Amino acid sequence: MSDFVSPFWGYYVAVLVVASFAFLVWLLVGNTTKKPAVGQQVELQKHVWDEDLQEWNNPLPGWWMYLFWFTIAFGVVYLILYPGFGTFGGKLGWTSSGQYKEERRVADQRFDEKFNRYKDMDVKAVAADPEAREMGKRLFLTYCQQCHGSDARGAKGFPNLTNPSGWQWGSEPEQIVATITGGHQAAMPAWEQQLGAESVKDVANYVRSFSGLAHDSLRAERGKDVFAQNCVACHGPEGKGNPLVGAPNLTDKTWLYGSSEATIIETISKGRNGLMPTWGPLLGEKKIKLLAAYVYSLNTNAQ
Amino acid sequence: MQLQANYNYGVVRQFAVMTVVWGIVGMLVGVIIAAQLVWPELNFAEWFHFGRLRPLHTNAVIFAFGGSALFATSYYVVQRTCHTTLFAPRLASFTFWGWQLVIVLAAITLPLGITTSKEYAELEWPIDILITIVWVSYAIVFFGTLAKRKTSHIYVANWFYGGFILTVALLHVVNSAEIPVTLWKSYSAYAGVQDAMVQWWYGHNAVGFFLTAGFLGMMYYFVPKQAGRPIYSYRLSVVHFWALVFTYMWAGPHHLHYTALPDWTQSLGMLFSLILLAPSWGGMINGIMTLSGAWHKLRDDPILKFLITSLSFYGMSTFEGPMMSIKTVNALSHYTDWTIGHVHSGALGWVAMISIGSVYYLLPRLWGKTEMYSVRLITVHFWVSTIGIVLYIASMWIAGVMQGLMWRDTNPDGTLVYSFVESVKNSYPYWTIRLIGGILFLGGMFIMFYNMVRTIASGKSYDAPVLAPAAAH
Repeated sequence: MSDFVSPFWGYYVAVLVVASFAFLVWLLVGNTTKKPAVGQQVELQKHVWDEDLQEWNNPLPGWWMYLFWFTIAFGVVYLILYPGFGTFGGKLGWTSSGQYKEERRVADQRFDEKFNRYKDMDVKAVAADPEAREMGKRLFLTYCQQCHGSDARGAKGFPNLTNPSGWQWGSEPEQIVATITGGHQAAMPAWEQQLGAESVKDVANYVRSFSGLAHDSLRAERGKDVFAQNCVACHGPEGKGNPLVGAPNLTDKTWLYGSSEATIIETISKGRNGLMPTWGPLLGEKKIKLLAAYVYSLNTNAQ
Repeated sequence: MQLQANYNYGVVRQFAVMTVVWGIVGMLVGVIIAAQLVWPELNFAEWFHFGRLRPLHTNAVIFAFGGSALFATSYYVVQRTCHTTLFAPRLASFTFWGWQLVIVLAAITLPLGITTSKEYAELEWPIDILITIVWVSYAIVFFGTLAKRKTSHIYVANWFYGGFILTVALLHVVNSAEIPVTLWKSYSAYAGVQDAMVQWWYGHNAVGFFLTAGFLGMMYYFVPKQAGRPIYSYRLSVVHFWALVFTYMWAGPHHLHYTALPDWTQSLGMLFSLILLAPSWGGMINGIMTLSGAWHKLRDDPILKFLITSLSFYGMSTFEGPMMSIKTVNALSHYTDWTIGHVHSGALGWVAMISIGSVYYLLPRLWGKTEMYSVRLITVHFWVSTIGIVLYIASMWIAGVMQGLMWRDTNPDGTLVYSFVESVKNSYPYWTIRLIGGILFLGGMFIMFYNMVRTIASGKSYDAPVLAPAAAH
């Protein structure tokens, strides 16, 4: 009963349940009458409303009574077997979390051998196995496509996994496994307050200059100093990024949120906090290996 | 000063006309969002987006269309079966203007994105307070009229209307408890799973008391009136009334199967939903058996066709509901279009059809005529809307079961066979059929509107004189 503050509620609801069943039984027993004999007219109630509204007093239909009794009896039996009667958990010991665990256990047992085959292979070798890639693809379509897209090409804020460049957390097999297992939270800070709008615009122009995008060279020149003072710690002196902290390479023409001046200004001003969830506890090592192999194959096939 | 009092039909006329008007508006929004599912490019502005129009649709059909129908019929029925005029007629008039204001505010705030995000209770706190004031006034008028009745017994329709008014007040006040932070923003008084539980206690009882008990009140007056026969069984009406109001209150948790709600709460919700089957069917049996022995009337009376068909849909959806509340069935059906189909077999088949039938009964009587401008057009309306419903619910059943099966289908290595978007792609044909069904049903409402305008144009507002109650015999 951790869901309510006091065990009183268990008893309270149990009393109400008993009262409800007793009331329904009383209602049915009290209104069970004999069928009128063949040919005998059912009595018409004596009240008349609004000129012609009257009521026969036919007995309750037998099949309807049986249906009612059956559902009540079913309710009683169910409350003996399953949770429902106050704090009493039911004779069968069923719980929804127990049902979930059991279904998972059975499923793991059934599907485990499929995954065991790849247990001792390294990710690159798994990626070379066409059957494993198919399994990885199906896992991807179940767990990953919501953000990365069914073709793995991503969307704004969600990386394109078929692109050989732009892997802010690293594209080596071990790095991919680590990313899926532990997840990542990117932490580009918001610079608006500290730098002011003008400096942000200067830095944005400087950043655009890295990959040869059109920029205001005067602003870029000014932005260079600001960049050197504030951005190099993560993005490096040449803007090539650092996979250890997930700082993207700003020179590789791959843009997670977009390369327009306005978007870059938004990114610098307001910061970005992209989130890759943690999959380790849900998927386990074996499935993550197949997923990593599939993602790795997408990346290397594209090269 | 006249010697003999007349029934207060003014407010009934107002609500009856608005039932048809709001029906058209609410169903039009429904057709638009159905079209948005087929052609997503129709989501062309934030205030015209599916996410904002969908609550507008549900609020408009449930509270504007259904609510107006309930106000109109309950004010009519309670006067006639109590053989007296409305208590506090000016307050009754206030409930009309107050309720219309609620609807207009809903139509403005919901597209603007102002919402509490609680389903069927999306309206923000100032509107919630207005609803409470209107509803309390409604209760005063209704129960005041009952109190000054000239008959010794209270007619069965009034038990259902009365039960509906009381419980909806309770449900609305408890679920809408919220803490305002600005004029148009508030936070629920409950948190986490308790909030979910209170929300679905409210949500399911909105179905149980607003959309079931209230409309059963309608059924208990208009079916015997139109059929010209006594109610089948007084005893059955007593038993199913008490069983229904007692059992519905428990059923909410079936909306939260396999969630963070404790297992025992889920089980209770499922059990009482199953027990609800018989009490629900009690109303259907009583309605349909009332016609027993006069089946021939169905052939040429389109109003009776509406009323009896609505009872069939009521029986069907109250069978389907308990089945869907079973955990293992729910594991397949939940979050799919099956739920949408189920809701509409109740909303179009039961709620809308019984309201339409009742309003067709009312309109000529409110304008001093014996029948509608065109009985033939009622027949056309009946067939158009019936075909519309069948297309709607059949397509949603197929789409829902298909979605449920696709989502759970696994490959030999345990991965999913289909991604979510594939189930979306496969739903398009069914969504198109649903759109056609919705257009047909909306088309029927336009036929009704035309028929109503012609009836009113050729008649004159008429308030019937209050009848003396018949002496008991």
